Amino acid sequence: MLTVDSLDVYYGAVHALKGVSLRAEAGEVVTLIGANGAGKTTLLRSISGLVPSRLGKVAFEGKDITRMPPHDIVGLGISQSPEGRMVFANLSVVDNLELGAYRRKDRAGIREDYDAVYRLFPRLLERRRQTAGTLSGGEQQMLAMGRALMSRPRLLLLDEPSLGLAPLLVREIFRTILEINRRGVTVLLVEQNAHMALSIAGRGYVLETGTVKLEDQASRLLQNEDVKKAYLGG
Amino acid sequence: MTEFLQQLVNGVTLGLGYALIALGYTMVYGILRLINFAHGDVYMLGAFFGFYAARLTGAAVEPNPLKAAGILLISMVGCGLVGFLIERFAYKPVRKSSRLAALITAIGVSLLLENGGLLLFGADPKFFPQIVRATNIPLGMGVTISNQQIIILVVSVALMLALRFIVLNTRAGKAMRAVSYSHTAAALMGISVDRIITFTFVLGSMLAAAAGVLVALQNPKIEPYMGIMPGLKAFVAAVLGGIGNIPGAVLGGLVMGIAEVMVVGYLSPTWRDAIAFVLLILILLVRPSGLLGQPPAEKV
Repeated sequence: MLTVDSLDVYYGAVHALKGVSLRAEAGEVVTLIGANGAGKTTLLRSISGLVPSRLGKVAFEGKDITRMPPHDIVGLGISQSPEGRMVFANLSVVDNLELGAYRRKDRAGIREDYDAVYRLFPRLLERRRQTAGTLSGGEQQMLAMGRALMSRPRLLLLDEPSLGLAPLLVREIFRTILEINRRGVTVLLVEQNAHMALSIAGRGYVLETGTVKLEDQASRLLQNEDVKKAYLGG
Repeated sequence: MTEFLQQLVNGVTLGLGYALIALGYTMVYGILRLINFAHGDVYMLGAFFGFYAARLTGAAVEPNPLKAAGILLISMVGCGLVGFLIERFAYKPVRKSSRLAALITAIGVSLLLENGGLLLFGADPKFFPQIVRATNIPLGMGVTISNQQIIILVVSVALMLALRFIVLNTRAGKAMRAVSYSHTAAALMGISVDRIITFTFVLGSMLAAAAGVLVALQNPKIEPYMGIMPGLKAFVAAVLGGIGNIPGAVLGGLVMGIAEVMVVGYLSPTWRDAIAFVLLILILLVRPSGLLGQPPAEKV
């Protein structure tokens, strides 16, 4: 479904990604773990078309999207809940969700998806008239994910959904990710909380200073001594 | 009292003109964090487009409301096109460069329009034809309002309401608000950020054109440099109201217009232009985010 083929990305003089290859098959939950600055966010941003790559190729369902502008990539069926959530703080919850469906014209389908998002995150329904900036961190994360779902993506990119959330909420978010996946959405999940991420993912990649160090079944990565030492706290 | 009320009427009409121009500054700033210093010159072009349209339609000889509306429309469409071209060929190429580069480009475009105007229209002032015959209407208590002032009032308010509707209720308007919050987040919604920027420039330029024609109804002397001072004052008005804030631009414009008329009436006409900058210094000292502007919010 998604194939990233030896991607090279520079941020100014910084070589952020060095020949990264990765794939996600339809229906999978794939996770990308690694330390701060390893290039996880950069990879998601280049899949979404936000940062240009110098070399390499990104393809989605067989179509080359390497040089495609970000708004067209959303139109193809890839949406992202970005790092830092980036909810429109000055707009209401409903308006945020509406913007998520910006490319769509099918009113009936959009209405269904509002309901689906509210079922996934009942808290958003309670707060639908509230300005997004006044929501708690956890609620903003739910909104960012709900908003990303409103474009009815086939591939969902999630950047650090658990960042800064209380442990109980983290569990809830990860349960929801599985639920979203069960409804047929392929998920590429970037996480620092490697243990949680690997326990819900099918496969995982370990990114280190811009290169893929390891790639395996998530269950095997959980047992891997190096991974344990570096990312799972011993 | 009569004099004060009369000044107030005059100040509100003057202020609405500033407000229409200030809206363009504030919208472009909201979306690009760019002060489009060429905006005052678009206002000048609006007056000239109106001037030529009036000649073309013969509205000067036999004025009628339909022709006047047509002139306004032609000028707005013309300036909308100019706004599109400016954005496409001057600002878009430097979009990824530093903000300073964009600012210098804006000054360059401003000089280009002024001197281009000089070349095309000539340096001699032209007189905007009377496309609406002036009559005065008494309001009571010795206060009068001219029918031209009424037109300025009605058209400005109608345009502002239309803008409000666009920004709050249409798809493009919602996209504008998203882009003004964050280009990245907007792009991730599937919004074509470039298209929204273009749309904003066109909208702002059309409002400036309307201001050009409306102000020329009252002050018919038009020349290629006429946009500089109103442009600066409208910019101050936008800052006064809180740059990036749409209702703020309207409020700032009104305050500016009323202050100017009062200063001319009660102090001295020589202070006419100084008051704008006194207001600018005051607001920057007391409330730098402007009357309606929010101080930059902390990220949660």
